[in-house]
Amino acid sequence: MTDTDPQKPHERAARHDPIYDTLHQEPDFVELRRAYRAFVFPATIAFLSWYLLYVVMSNWAHDFMSHQLWGNINVALVFGLLQFVTTFLLAWVYSRYSTGRLDPLARRLDEQYIAELEGRR
Amino acid sequence: MDGDQLLTTALFLGVVAITVGITFWASRQTAGATDFYAGGRGFSGVQNGLAIGGDYMSAASFLGISGAIALSGYDGFLYSIGFLVAWLVALLLVAEMLRNAGRYTMADQLAFRLRQRSVRTAAATSTVVVSIFYLLAQMVGAGALVALLLDVSSDTAKNITIFAVGALMIFYVTVGGMKGTTWVQIVKAVLLMAGSALIVVLVLAEFGFNLSDLLGTAASNSGKGQAFLEPGLKYGVSDTSKIDFLSLGIALVLGTAGLPHILIRFYTVPTSRDARKSVLWAIGLIGVFYLFTLVLGFGAAALLNKGDMAKVVASGGNLASPLLAQNVGGGDGSTGGAVLLALISAVAFATILAVVAGLTLTSSVSVAHDLYNGVLRRGEASEGQELKVARWAALIIGLIAILLAIPAQRLNVAFLVALAFAVAASANLPSIVYNMFWKRFNTRGALWSIYGGLISSVGLVIFSPIMSGKGVDPVSGKNLSLLPTSIDISWFPLENPGIVSIPLAFFLGWLGSVTSKEPDAVERYTELEVRALSGAGSEKAVVH
Repeated sequence: MTDTDPQKPHERAARHDPIYDTLHQEPDFVELRRAYRAFVFPATIAFLSWYLLYVVMSNWAHDFMSHQLWGNINVALVFGLLQFVTTFLLAWVYSRYSTGRLDPLARRLDEQYIAELEGRR
Repeated sequence: MDGDQLLTTALFLGVVAITVGITFWASRQTAGATDFYAGGRGFSGVQNGLAIGGDYMSAASFLGISGAIALSGYDGFLYSIGFLVAWLVALLLVAEMLRNAGRYTMADQLAFRLRQRSVRTAAATSTVVVSIFYLLAQMVGAGALVALLLDVSSDTAKNITIFAVGALMIFYVTVGGMKGTTWVQIVKAVLLMAGSALIVVLVLAEFGFNLSDLLGTAASNSGKGQAFLEPGLKYGVSDTSKIDFLSLGIALVLGTAGLPHILIRFYTVPTSRDARKSVLWAIGLIGVFYLFTLVLGFGAAALLNKGDMAKVVASGGNLASPLLAQNVGGGDGSTGGAVLLALISAVAFATILAVVAGLTLTSSVSVAHDLYNGVLRRGEASEGQELKVARWAALIIGLIAILLAIPAQRLNVAFLVALAFAVAASANLPSIVYNMFWKRFNTRGALWSIYGGLISSVGLVIFSPIMSGKGVDPVSGKNLSLLPTSIDISWFPLENPGIVSIPLAFFLGWLGSVTSKEPDAVERYTELEVRALSGAGSEKAVVH
């Protein structure tokens, strides 16, 4: 695929193939981009805020974080471990979502791309 | 040399022999640039997930974090949490799109639509700087470890170790390329998980698997009481240190997805779906590993006696895990203790070797593919020429790292890695994210953001208390900064620059883009979007 070689022409890669313009207009692509962004943008804001809340509380809510729950297990430890739980959970949910919602759309677009290239031969 | 040292030396040589064997085997499977740079893109998601774990769980995690917890209690735990949560940035925003849009390096993705000679120069520069910071951390860890095991504290012994590690990593990379490096990382990940799981079980068994008892003993043994289990022991002493903690936290969570040696791992799998799968595996593996370090750190605080703790303190915390292994095996002088100490040290040594190989490979690929071929030869160099340059670059970068590691030996390795994260989050992440998600982003924005982030993060460290102005420790009389006490150039109060340099780099990326008159490459962005999201036209795996 020399036409997608990013090194030619050199200074700025020229447009590679008009097929991308076609694919960009496809309802499948519009839906893929919408569905992808609708998941990752809110999810990123959510996990970053949740993490920053943890950091800020560790700094400035010392009494609350030091509260002992069971034996020597305090709020700070549970809060920290909850960060592990939410990370695992979000990773799992994203995996389900992308396999179920995003991958079929991406596959159809990729197939269309391959079919178009082969049709030109 | 007594029996224990003989055992240790034998295990170390065993690790070296295995990795050298893997490297020779891999060199016979390596034919062209895609093999050397990206392992032929033929690794499965699980294999790459293990290799990412092997690349990421560095000596800084194994030795540094457990050491930080052993010394500062709960505050050391923040490193683990930041290092783990950071993977969500890589999973959601970076891994799959980078795999689809690029070829071998971080710069490929930028060069897709920006003026490539300038952005390749910038991205290669920051790749090399971040990798060298990270390399220093690993080599310092190696020096400390060997000095402990052979019971020599002389600088010569440490320097010889650093030199040997450097020579090995140059060998792995120049001979084995990405395939060799990946297999070394996979083997190391398995060894590290198994070795630390063993110590964790032994530590927990001492407390009847009661975590609360373990924590209680750690707290009372530390002499700091409940404060040892609460946040603030290290970072809560003043308002400045609290802001430093926040700054560290931000750098950790945003740094991972900008680490060049992690980014190039996404190119070693056939599709973006495999890249996602590898990140999922990595998250599981790394998460469990950091839970282990929590037990190792508190376990060291709970079980080590005063003499051992003094060694841990003297090493900046780096020796907490190896000494803990010796302790749970039966203590100093016992056979069990000697075996476990040797075993864990060999695992740590394997860890260091795997990580330094990944780092050296990353920077040499960037020098050869981006600087040499992309910039100097304007894309005209042959594959053979490029690979030759990559091997030379590995040699030179390795030598630079060796020379720099020798004076850096007094720093805690987790801290050095945190600095690498701050630089990665400042110099790399903003342009990666802008390039994928912002149509208006252009060459000037990328350059301002990369150079601005790089210069501000490294510059602020130079003028921070790390370099000068901390004075001497009132107890030990040791100089706490890197420069001699007679020189004081510090004016920036924080040890971690992230809180300033990361927002600054994002701001510069925006400002550079909106003030540039460069015409928008709309059709290139269209293509980037389609290709990044759907994988249409992305680089395929090599079929041999």
